[in-house]
Amino acid sequence: MSEMPLLSARDLQLHFGRIAALDHVDLDIWPGEVVAIVGESGSGKTTLLRVLSGMMAPDAGRVVFDGQDVLAMGEAARRNLMRTQWGFVHQNPRDGLRMGVSAGGNIGERLMAVGARHYGNIRGEATAWLKRVEISPERIDDLPRNFSGGMQQRLQIARTLVTRPRLVFMDEPTGGLDVSVQARLLDMIRGLVAELGLAVLIVTHDIAAARLLAHRILVMRHGQVVEQGLTDRVLDDPQHPYTQLLVASVLAA
Amino acid sequence: MTYDPGYNFAYLDESTKRMIRRAILKGVAIPGHQVPFGSREMPLPYGWGTGGIQVTASILGPDDTLKVIDQGADDTTNAVSIRAFFRRVAGVATTERTAEATVIQTRHRIPEHPLTEQQIIVYQVPMPEPLFRLEPRIAETKRMHALADYGLMHVRLYEDIARHGHIATSYNYPVMVNGRYLMAPSPIPAFDNPKMDQMPALQLFGAGREKRIYAVPPYTGVRSLDFDDHPFRPIRAPHACALCGSRESYLDEVITDDSGGKMFVCSDTSYCTERQTAREAAE
Repeated sequence: MSEMPLLSARDLQLHFGRIAALDHVDLDIWPGEVVAIVGESGSGKTTLLRVLSGMMAPDAGRVVFDGQDVLAMGEAARRNLMRTQWGFVHQNPRDGLRMGVSAGGNIGERLMAVGARHYGNIRGEATAWLKRVEISPERIDDLPRNFSGGMQQRLQIARTLVTRPRLVFMDEPTGGLDVSVQARLLDMIRGLVAELGLAVLIVTHDIAAARLLAHRILVMRHGQVVEQGLTDRVLDDPQHPYTQLLVASVLAA
Repeated sequence: MTYDPGYNFAYLDESTKRMIRRAILKGVAIPGHQVPFGSREMPLPYGWGTGGIQVTASILGPDDTLKVIDQGADDTTNAVSIRAFFRRVAGVATTERTAEATVIQTRHRIPEHPLTEQQIIVYQVPMPEPLFRLEPRIAETKRMHALADYGLMHVRLYEDIARHGHIATSYNYPVMVNGRYLMAPSPIPAFDNPKMDQMPALQLFGAGREKRIYAVPPYTGVRSLDFDDHPFRPIRAPHACALCGSRESYLDEVITDDSGGKMFVCSDTSYCTERQTAREAAE
């Protein structure tokens, strides 16, 4: 791990009316690190993700990515960051994919957005990525709306990772999938993260998924980070009463 | 010639014409950028050239000679009625010969005869937004234009090649103007796209229903989008015109009977007639 965090947030605050969605949140992510944000619905997990990725402006605080102030930069620069250095995997693949565009076109879009203009190369890259996310390359010209939920999610990951981002935001990537599909997806994400050396910030309410993927865990409640630390430490020896409740609530199969 | 005294010169009132001229000047200053304007009700239905007719009315002077073409033809309803309209409300001379015209209003074609610095071509545009159908939110398309974020347009061309093996867009083929703005050239055939590049004449585009004006100044680069390994190709029916024998002009396929009979003729009637006259004179 290098000396400088890749993404660093300080004292983020955001209020929705009287409700504090983010209450003095600090966060650092180092290159190659997987950080999970866990907590119940409405605890501010997704809001934090949206603020960190510049999709939403906080009331106060600073977000710095690789030395650049994310909240102060212009929209052009932020979009450029979004399609080169960052990736965003949505909970619902419909939000991240173009359902009327073929699988190959979906993967190629980011390449074309950064200036790829050779059809053969784009198609080659799309084929390679379909294989990597375990989708048959024969389906390259099929529309994602004819794919299963798990396949759509894997396609969304391929589309996001094709430009080799350094930091990927994932919002409940396994939400809405059945358990066997979830397990396969988590396995794939773990493999890709290790292989590409990605830094990942993953929001989930699934403690098991967090244990499988994350190096570090942040526990959020009512807009505050109540506990953070190494995954095994937080899950095996929870300090905060809420974390203890959360860990105790996990159903054993 | 005189015009109908019941109307202001060229139908529109002077302040409306000034407003449209301001939009045109702004359009010329930012080649390919869509400028909103206060489109007026015109005495013809939307889709018949309400945008083009307002632009023409604003730039027309008493000494101008007007030519109007509809799909290349001078003698179809749209062309005849717009020509008659301006003869009546502006009293301008009209012509069917491309070389004689100073203002050419067109629907879906660029004349075969090369245009000069003395001429202005006015396009009737149904949908000015090239990203329409790709991005449904107009606010988002504006942002994409502002940031020159045009990857999406290439996605459409990619889809064309993936489905058909080649770029199958044959009209309204997207172009980059002056290396900056993505522009819909109006539904002209892709065959006409190369004529827009470095054209000596001023090109004005009017969309009445969508209330947008845009322009390409003389001698401006207009490049059709493509891929390195699938370059842009202007498409033309591989035949000779049945009337004048041209192998260079853009052809229309005309069905002649109910038993599959057909012929290919020039879509530019003025060009075709001139060639036929010249051939007869030579004989």
